[in-house]
Amino acid sequence: MRINDFSITFSTVNGSGSATANNTLLRAIFKMGIPVSARNIFPSNIQGMPTWYNLRVSAAGYLGHTENCDILVAMNPETVQDDLDKLESNGLLLVNDDIPLKDVPQKINKVLMPVKAILESSGTAQNLSIYLANMVYVGVLACLLEIDLQKIEAALEYHFDHRRNAVEPNLKIVQAAFQWAQQNISHECQFRLKALENQGEKIMIDGNTAGALGSLFGGLQYAAWYPITPATGLAEALNEYIPRLRLDPQTGSSTCVVVQAEDELAAIGMVVGAGWAGLRSMTSTSGPGLCLMAEYLGLAYFAEVPIVVWDVQRVGPSTGLPTHTSQGDLAFTYFISHGDKDMVILLPADVNECFEFGWKALDIAEQLQTPVIVLSDLELGMNIWGAEPFAYPDKKIERGKVLWEKDLENWLKKSGQTWGRYKDADGDGIPYRTVPGNLHEKAPYFTRGTGHDEFAHYSEDNRVWEENLKRLKLKFEQAKKLIPQPEMVKQGKQKIGFISYGSTHMGTSEAVDRLQTKDYPVDYLRIKALPFTREVEEFIQAHETIFVTEANRDGQMKNLLCMNFPKYAERLRSIARCDGLSLSAAWIVEKFKAAIKAKG
Amino acid sequence: MEATFKRSYPNALGYSRSDYLGLPTTLCKGCGHNSIANMIISACYELELQPEKIVKFSGIGCSSKSTAYFLDRSFAFNGLHGRMPSLAEGALFADRTLKGIGISGDGDTANIGLSQFKHLARRNLPMVYIVENNGVYGLTKGQFSATAEKGLKLKRQGENPYLPVDIALEAIAANASFVARSFAGDPKQVKELIKAALSHDGTAILDIISPCVTFNNQDYSLHSYSWGKGHEAPLHEVEFVLPREEITVEDFERGTVREVTMHDGSVIVFKKLEREYDPTNRTEAIRMLEQAIRRNWLITGLIYVDPNAPTIFDMYPLDGEALNRLPAEKLRPDRRALEMINSSFQ
Repeated sequence: MRINDFSITFSTVNGSGSATANNTLLRAIFKMGIPVSARNIFPSNIQGMPTWYNLRVSAAGYLGHTENCDILVAMNPETVQDDLDKLESNGLLLVNDDIPLKDVPQKINKVLMPVKAILESSGTAQNLSIYLANMVYVGVLACLLEIDLQKIEAALEYHFDHRRNAVEPNLKIVQAAFQWAQQNISHECQFRLKALENQGEKIMIDGNTAGALGSLFGGLQYAAWYPITPATGLAEALNEYIPRLRLDPQTGSSTCVVVQAEDELAAIGMVVGAGWAGLRSMTSTSGPGLCLMAEYLGLAYFAEVPIVVWDVQRVGPSTGLPTHTSQGDLAFTYFISHGDKDMVILLPADVNECFEFGWKALDIAEQLQTPVIVLSDLELGMNIWGAEPFAYPDKKIERGKVLWEKDLENWLKKSGQTWGRYKDADGDGIPYRTVPGNLHEKAPYFTRGTGHDEFAHYSEDNRVWEENLKRLKLKFEQAKKLIPQPEMVKQGKQKIGFISYGSTHMGTSEAVDRLQTKDYPVDYLRIKALPFTREVEEFIQAHETIFVTEANRDGQMKNLLCMNFPKYAERLRSIARCDGLSLSAAWIVEKFKAAIKAKG
Repeated sequence: MEATFKRSYPNALGYSRSDYLGLPTTLCKGCGHNSIANMIISACYELELQPEKIVKFSGIGCSSKSTAYFLDRSFAFNGLHGRMPSLAEGALFADRTLKGIGISGDGDTANIGLSQFKHLARRNLPMVYIVENNGVYGLTKGQFSATAEKGLKLKRQGENPYLPVDIALEAIAANASFVARSFAGDPKQVKELIKAALSHDGTAILDIISPCVTFNNQDYSLHSYSWGKGHEAPLHEVEFVLPREEITVEDFERGTVREVTMHDGSVIVFKKLEREYDPTNRTEAIRMLEQAIRRNWLITGLIYVDPNAPTIFDMYPLDGEALNRLPAEKLRPDRRALEMINSSFQ
């Protein structure tokens, strides 16, 4: 008997209402207090193409992707034979009984679900059957895995926002299917769910919504965006939550503006304009959109405009695989825009960090007066994850060195100097800035992407140019104190270390745990942001071999580490893949062992 | 929130013209853009605007450089080629009492920036958008822009094979609420139109033919001084009247004067010339522009205005103080709000 530790793949056709069925099960299991994760593997299409939903329950709390499944729910005749290849040999198959099956391995338990008959017996209207058919497997699984039907009903209530006229037709089918399974399935199911007590109040949310909420709690004032999968949900969540969170209670006036731009070229331009004028501003996009933003990011860096850019990564290059996940934008983001420049990059690994980095990114951008890029991905952004409730920001909002009329007047008096927009008055490379609307006659200055001196005057003087670039480098050094520090996930003073970041943490942390129990003790450091801090270098220094896990072809993080720490380059090894899926623990372990073996 | 420091001037209306000056120009002697910069200075001076309340925007090109040559006491952002409108669409939300003046060129607007230009017009962001239109790229030394007429010959480019983009027509097609055309060789009209534009609550687009004396000033060229002087066909004589000034129309014969009252109470007075023209009629404006293209007229004046068109600011509940002056406590929801959010995801 496998209790609270198995995976289910639902194979359906997109546009057939499978999202409702799958989310209902996910939430019902979540409400039982069992750690559960789910991935939607879907096509860039509206209706009629194959789609999969991989649900994993893990009492140990592992959320990573699994290559194979223990239970297969087959509702799509076109893919059923391929799907069977991924079913573990001692697994369970639930299949619509009108799907013809060729070879099903002997050891597999088979349940043929009479979907049509169950729908009829539940009294479901024919015109609705096509959208509700998937509720049949919800009922059958509820019976086999022992999910309380009240939990299913609660999940449906949540899904349909308590609209009973939507809940009831779905629930009726679940009940009919449950009853059918009770009466017709004689063999005992080898998988079981058992509710866990004392799990505390957990939340379940997608990374895009988490990022939007974090930004709104971070005092975001202006967002401009252009629709693109998989980032769209982030901007839409802003629109959804502004009326609830960001209307001034006294005036009813909105304290945050969202503009849907004509393209990403304009979205970033708007955000740079807003950031320059003293609004906390951000945009959200994915790889193709980020390409269009490259030039303005260079201007924002050079003109020292605070902005935040969320890149919810998908597979590239080019249009790539729009609905599949990747960490392929790291190197592009690191080097984005022409000429000498540096970018601050935050790397959230879960929905809690999407929230946290949402508000932190705005602080860091304004403190440093520079662009901050948050690299999320489709895996985090578009899937729903169980998590601890969001923690209220533990620091007050940081606006950085902004001088309003009185501040400027005081600064002038106190320093006895002439104020200059790009003057390094404090020796930390971070100048003081004024913003439009400041009516002090000394406040205005001319912002430009061309060469300028410390008073923002046009200059082509080669020494002025170089001094300014050196100051920008000094300023960037301050980022190391402001960004989230790396997390030492496992420190046992071993010879082998792992480094990972972002959503690849899920598979990596599980792989690292598996290796501990199998005589390969390893340490593990998770990088949360760039630039690299001293801890990263020390970790590499302390280990003979370091494996860097990531979801891209060339091992982009590994390459950046080699470039930044060339004397340790030979220690760094890549475990990377770019097939549009997150790295599973099993695959990481396999690659690791092969690498160790090859090394001898 | 007014500044509390001591000013060097007794009151907001006490500025001299020199308070509106910019740095010395680095453009060519005789460039139309310099004349336009001078008219911006005069218009702001005559309208008694506070320089610190004006924000200048520009893209890339000779025209975009010219924001440095007026209003040195205003904030300015010289952005990317063809992408100045987006900067303004972000920045002007910060404080809606600021006046934006954008300077662009024909390449910056009609080539690389056509999309942002048209979207700015359709969103109706309150700002003045001046196109200094000379049909040619100056900083890269003489290539055709999209407003160059078919058949124009340039030294190193040969003959232009394409039909031109008409900026005023594009603006009207994009539902712009204020579209004017003028000629740098007619500074008085330029100044009156800029004053009218500055008082418009919406995007005010001015397509000003501004000859390039270095690369495109041949007598036959549509963007030259001599052609403009010979072919300018004003739709009317324009005079801008501030809200507090009295309109004296006795000088005009009855039926020869048309008035349009702007959102702030100021009035634009149009004195009829040879033909009847109603600048509030969009269909008429499009017909007139089409006719001008066919007959090779350089029509100038206020082609179209709708003083009451809703602006982008009307699309948001923004009644309070300037967004960029909001204190931190108004920007971060309280702990209770987060508790409610958390429980909604349980």
